[in-house]
Amino acid sequence: MKAGSNLEKILKAGHFAFTGELGPPRGTGVEEVKHKASFLKGMVDSVNITDNQTAVVRMASWAASLIVIQEGLEPNYQMVCRDRNRLAMQSDILGAYTLGIRNMLCLSGDHQKFGDHPQAKGVFDIDSMQLIAMVKKMRDEGKFQGGTDVEHPPKIFIGAAANPFADPFEWRVHRLAKKVAAGVDFIQTQCIYNMEKFRNFMKMANDMGLTEKVYILAGVTPMKSIGMARYMKAKVPGMDVPDEIIKRLQGVDKTKVADEGIKMACEQIEEFKEMKGVAGVHLMAIEWEHKVPEIAERAKVLPRPVVD
Amino acid sequence: MIVAKRKPFDEIKQLLKGYKKVLNVGCGTCVAVCLAGGEKEVSVLNAELDMARKIEDNPIEISGITIERQCDREYLEALDAKVGEYEALLSMACGAGIQFLAERYPTIPVLPAVDTTFIGVNQAVGWYEERCRSCSSCVLGQTGGICPVTMCAKGLYNGPCGGTNKGNCEIDASQPCAWYMIYERLKGQNRLECILEITPANDWQNQTPRTVIQPGYSKPETAGK
Repeated sequence: MKAGSNLEKILKAGHFAFTGELGPPRGTGVEEVKHKASFLKGMVDSVNITDNQTAVVRMASWAASLIVIQEGLEPNYQMVCRDRNRLAMQSDILGAYTLGIRNMLCLSGDHQKFGDHPQAKGVFDIDSMQLIAMVKKMRDEGKFQGGTDVEHPPKIFIGAAANPFADPFEWRVHRLAKKVAAGVDFIQTQCIYNMEKFRNFMKMANDMGLTEKVYILAGVTPMKSIGMARYMKAKVPGMDVPDEIIKRLQGVDKTKVADEGIKMACEQIEEFKEMKGVAGVHLMAIEWEHKVPEIAERAKVLPRPVVD
Repeated sequence: MIVAKRKPFDEIKQLLKGYKKVLNVGCGTCVAVCLAGGEKEVSVLNAELDMARKIEDNPIEISGITIERQCDREYLEALDAKVGEYEALLSMACGAGIQFLAERYPTIPVLPAVDTTFIGVNQAVGWYEERCRSCSSCVLGQTGGICPVTMCAKGLYNGPCGGTNKGNCEIDASQPCAWYMIYERLKGQNRLECILEITPANDWQNQTPRTVIQPGYSKPETAGK
């Protein structure tokens, strides 16, 4: 065991992992975090706690992570390179581990231009690849990035993202290989809608032997509405929403669109369960946490396994 | 070259508010080429200031001179005999030139008339684009001659990120993705192996004021005098 987190145990035991996501509030509303967490408890193996996602200021990811621990969930602490230099990152990692955080997701982060402080100076002292290497060095060598010793090194299960759909497609698997070489333990992918492209990506990852070295969790976000599908297709960089997805949603009664979205997500999950190299699913039900129990039920991933 | 743009007129006017006799010093090198602070721009700005202050019934006596380079002591010397006549100096040089001028005449207020913007290239007359952040550790040999520090909005050393949007950057559809360009160029040169290795965390060398002394040279004892 590298970190001994629940997520690591589930994956190591060969179970099909199921992780969720929770966005911290834009203020100090602890009840909001607890409310969202209540829907996820028992439904997921670990829950990603986003870090100022879309470059909008929110409650610190480590703080919301601690709240979900109190609520009986295991957090996957997200950290972006946009807001902190290597000193702040490492001290946050020490603090997070000390207080019980065992999983981390290492991300570059959305550019600050998108958020509520577009005037901010982006830090990007290191990038996501270098962040992975830094956490690994702290864990496995007991050394800070600068080379000095860490007293009682933090044992973190290291995650990162992969977007199989952004250009250039044929380079994406090599970038995944670089993350594996940097020391990542698990990957959560961008939301998948173009299954054909994802199958190709996984084939390349399998052929390169990467799936023997890293657990890949396929990203799933159910479409809530036709508007959401159109928005994701047109406005979200690096997102690949084929026209047939929108057509399928348009083909059902207006009151059944969200249900159809969940149905499509469940069909995807069924395919991922059988897909070589896919170790689980990361469900990003954005501001739809209360639907997670229904989705988990319909996706037949319950009850969640318990591994000692 | 170093590219600058003139400050908004009202800001320059505000900087000069308390002065009645000012020398506007242009620079004949980078800022002249990029049409921000050469001889022509000095005379245009002076004419505008002269007119504006007349309208305000608060005339200013403003003269102009453009020297070859404000970042070079050799050329600044020409100003020694003149500056004493003025209450303040306005400089249209880059930030380095402005500071060198202020350093030479420490008792006289030296005020900037331009915002120094970047190290860039001349795409066409009047059109300039940034290309270098002078980071002191050039990786262009591995990145197909395209700088990820400057051209990637996140300055990633191991891109592209997941926001690449049809070959463009997630911040702006009109901004090409640096890493997409790097990939395409290296692929065309059969040199993709250059970016297969992880580039480790950068040793930032631009966090303190830097000095360069070329091999075979030394800092003279009279430096700065």
